[in-house]
Amino acid sequence: MPKIIVEIMPKQDLLDPQGKAVANALSRSGNKNISNVRIGKRIELHFDTEVTDADLENAKALAASFLSNDVIEDVVNVFIEA
Amino acid sequence: MKIGVITYPGTLDDRDAQRAIRLAGGTPVPLWHADSDLKKVDAVVLPGGFSYGDYLRCGAIAAQAPATQEVVKLAAQGLPVLGICNGFQVLVEAHLLPGGLIRNEKQHFICRDQKLRVENNQTAWTNLFDKDQEITIPLKNGEGGYIASKETLKMLEAENRVVFRYLDLNPNGSMSDIAGLTNERGNVLGLMPHPEHAVEPGFGPDTDIAMRSGTDGLKFFESVLKALVNA
Repeated sequence: MPKIIVEIMPKQDLLDPQGKAVANALSRSGNKNISNVRIGKRIELHFDTEVTDADLENAKALAASFLSNDVIEDVVNVFIEA
Repeated sequence: MKIGVITYPGTLDDRDAQRAIRLAGGTPVPLWHADSDLKKVDAVVLPGGFSYGDYLRCGAIAAQAPATQEVVKLAAQGLPVLGICNGFQVLVEAHLLPGGLIRNEKQHFICRDQKLRVENNQTAWTNLFDKDQEITIPLKNGEGGYIASKETLKMLEAENRVVFRYLDLNPNGSMSDIAGLTNERGNVLGLMPHPEHAVEPGFGPDTDIAMRSGTDGLKFFESVLKALVNA
């Protein structure tokens, strides 16, 4: 089933509490070389038919408008996965 | 005067908002998120809660609801709209107000009686307050930290669009202590604290006079009724 993947991350300058908590836990369990963790979102858009360029363009528009909020997040990638 | 209150899946404070409208002298009209018919109401309240379980982002899915989209249309024509807490998040996600709301600075859900300063008493929902009046209403949120770009903050200050600021303590790390703001026209107001929980003696915040006697929230709803009568 063809998919379009949208990857979203919290903005660099905002605190990512999830990432910070995971980083602390990793540090406690001995992973001293991992200096930071940030957690974002991967959203899969599934299609029953072949994905067209128009679908990809539409997905990019949705990623920028509805799937993310540009005040707090960045869309880092939108791509087709076979 | 009919004031609509939209209920989304996950809304909590719709009944309290309806009650507040009734106590102020208006007629509350329950509205359903999936229905684009706003039943010819004179104003709309987007109440607090956790619409759609805060999925995707707080308020993001509710912003797409048929009822909200109709609110966006009518707000441009001057319909008074009040977004409380999750309703504020919906207004921001629907781009009726600028900026965003993120998790509280110290990561905790906060519930307290919060002192605010009225910075702008020219909006549809604050015209019965005095400028710089200090009021106390309950605050209860997990994601109430207001953020916006430097340019947006500058614009909000220059246009006097910050309506409420947190006093004594900034509970959630909001930029410039912003608790609530309005749109250019002054008909749309969004704020994190809950005026609908401070409308009846015996059930509001404590005051110097007596326990639970605070009713500062009632003025929000009386203000909009006054604005509608004068319109």
